[in-house]
Amino acid sequence: MIDTTKYVGPKWGGVINRFMADEYSLSDIDATRYVGTKLGGVINKLLDDTPSKDLGIKMVTPFTLVLVALIGLAAVVAAYRLIFGIGAASNLNDLWPWGLWIGFDVLGGVAMAAGAFLIAGAVYILNWKKYKCIARASILNAFFGYLLAAISITLDVGRSFVIWHPLVMWQVNSIMFIVALHLVLYLTTLGTESSPMVFEKLGWQRALNFVSRIMIGAVMFGVALSLLHQSSLGANYLIVPAKLSPIWYSHLIPYHFLVSAIMLGLAIVSFETLLTGKVFNHKPPRDVVEGLARGVMIVGSVYLVMKVWHLATGPGVGAVLDGSFLGNLYLIEMTVGVILPLFLLSFRSVRTNLDRIFVVDILVILGVLMNRMDVGVFGVSEFASRSGGDYFPSMMETTLTMGMIAFAILGFKLCAKYLPLFPESHH
Amino acid sequence: MAISRRGFLKGVAGGGGLLLVSGIPLADARMSTQLPPHAVGILYDATLCIGCKSCMVNCKEQNSVPGGALYKKGMTAPPYENGGVPGNNGIWDAPQELSGKTLNIVKVYKNGTAEKKDTAVNGYSYFKQQCLHCVSPACVSVCPAGAFRKDPENGSVYYLAERCIGCRYCQLACPFGVPRYEWDSAWPEVRKCQLCRHRYAEGKYAACAEFCPTGATIFGKVVDLRNEARYRLSLKPGTEYDFPIQTVDSTEKSRRPVARYADGVYGLTEAGGTQNIMLSGVSFELLGFRKNIPHFDLPSLTWAYVRKVLWVFAGVFTGGTAIYTFTHRKDKEESHD
Repeated sequence: MIDTTKYVGPKWGGVINRFMADEYSLSDIDATRYVGTKLGGVINKLLDDTPSKDLGIKMVTPFTLVLVALIGLAAVVAAYRLIFGIGAASNLNDLWPWGLWIGFDVLGGVAMAAGAFLIAGAVYILNWKKYKCIARASILNAFFGYLLAAISITLDVGRSFVIWHPLVMWQVNSIMFIVALHLVLYLTTLGTESSPMVFEKLGWQRALNFVSRIMIGAVMFGVALSLLHQSSLGANYLIVPAKLSPIWYSHLIPYHFLVSAIMLGLAIVSFETLLTGKVFNHKPPRDVVEGLARGVMIVGSVYLVMKVWHLATGPGVGAVLDGSFLGNLYLIEMTVGVILPLFLLSFRSVRTNLDRIFVVDILVILGVLMNRMDVGVFGVSEFASRSGGDYFPSMMETTLTMGMIAFAILGFKLCAKYLPLFPESHH
Repeated sequence: MAISRRGFLKGVAGGGGLLLVSGIPLADARMSTQLPPHAVGILYDATLCIGCKSCMVNCKEQNSVPGGALYKKGMTAPPYENGGVPGNNGIWDAPQELSGKTLNIVKVYKNGTAEKKDTAVNGYSYFKQQCLHCVSPACVSVCPAGAFRKDPENGSVYYLAERCIGCRYCQLACPFGVPRYEWDSAWPEVRKCQLCRHRYAEGKYAACAEFCPTGATIFGKVVDLRNEARYRLSLKPGTEYDFPIQTVDSTEKSRRPVARYADGVYGLTEAGGTQNIMLSGVSFELLGFRKNIPHFDLPSLTWAYVRKVLWVFAGVFTGGTAIYTFTHRKDKEESHD
């Protein structure tokens, strides 16, 4: 650690040193002094991190500071985008109207959230109690995935301040309308599903009772919304048979999106369980992670069959083996995200080793995210470039996306510190 | 659970029923694939076009007034573009592509020595790009806020800026790549030809047709335009024919020999049919009109998905309740979480 007293004098240096050493805690602040007893009491309760002390989460780390910096930069970009318009902030153009923000933040962010409805469904409807310990974390993870998608789409549309229009100006033929409606409804559902953590911490028994009463309904609503939302992101592309490359275009593209999102969702939940086990003082439940790996294997196999079927009945295997740019992208996407993980998982020694499962999870995540980029950005390149269009994300587009990812990570970390995210670790 | 199973089941059944009932209006929401009763459009015959761009100039003039497709509040002159042409300095309008400022554009195809008009090899041809006003428009079907509409009477496809959220799905969905965006604006609109709706309401017709000196662009009822186009195709190349000027039923004609047409009529089946149709001496593919455009109405592709949506809700709630009842039969006595 740098001794800042050398540079800014003993008084301020001392404060900065203690801050860097994470000796301050938000729970030291007595909010009642600033906002009155009632609200202050609530804030004090929320900021009390004693229950999660055993997780050993340090807030002031170089990594967190980088995250904060990225979020700060992204906020500047967002402000610039809102003031000067989408054309000024991005490299999008008439022939390439959708880019990184749609391909990665929206398609990717939503797909990464698929774990929540699976785990919630398994725990609350199928009554698979084993997965209960990861339910909160996976729902929270989905909440951030959706928040990422929602903020990004708000900045991506040219008239951000009227993005609520589809909610009141219905147009049921539009998949985008369905997507918009689902985004809002599912964010609300995820908020509801996550709320017990907050109520528990605050000790609001009546609110807690109310939420647990509607929980099953909320979970079913969430399952239906997710099935539709994951597939409707693919269905967005049903209307472009002449633009999206036949390597990805299919009448079954909604189902391709749904099944790959399920595979990704399981991998993300497993990844995040293992990761929190690595960075927090918290032991990942072995049987849960192994169960998730089996899930990835089963769903991945289904997805592989679907994709092979599509290739065989559609553009033909030759279309991806001809060394073309798009063909190569397809091969990388499928190898990294599907074939290699399935191959690895076919070994018992991989399926029972948490570190190896962690590697498989990363592969699946990269592969499916790449698929979303392929469909959302690269898949239309042939159409666009034939008409003279070109696109590469601008610095601002990239910065905003990185800021959004940082926001999700930091948000998750904060929640882990201040909310009872892993109920089993408090015993 | 604090709630009784019976109460819960009742709630689910009620919700599901409500969903199905509210779903009934969906049946009427499907987009029509039929030509509207008084559908109007444009026939562009590239063999008559001399590339004077009068249509482009007058399109800008006539659409820059209140009600026009290019109008913005406070606008005093048509939105000109210098097209990046060096030495222009914004003195004259030189658009290179369709854009947020240009609704129609005449371009030239050249090959080899470019000697003979309307010939693919060693020849040249003009061609015109603009909105084709699909019978079943993809832009209308994809717009999440209903900002794109198709007039139920004359079938022109128009845009309501006050509804638009700027998602640009219309740009992605249009198989012809027509809608353009005002990328340089902080509160942008989508721009495309609206078939001079504001002029039609005043008893006039599309400016590009009215100001076309040769009859390359003519306005009229779609049925008449299709017949006219088919008739021209049936004529022997070289025979003299009285081509109508401005409108298909015009008494003013221009007598000249019929050129050799390359393909059939463009727009009869493309994307399920369009109200603007085209004829050309050079094949449309060479002119940049893509061959892989589907020959059916595109919105039917998404409708196949949309019609299943309510059934997913019904299925999940019924199936979920059944499974829930089954899997929780043993922990009836357990307290809630």
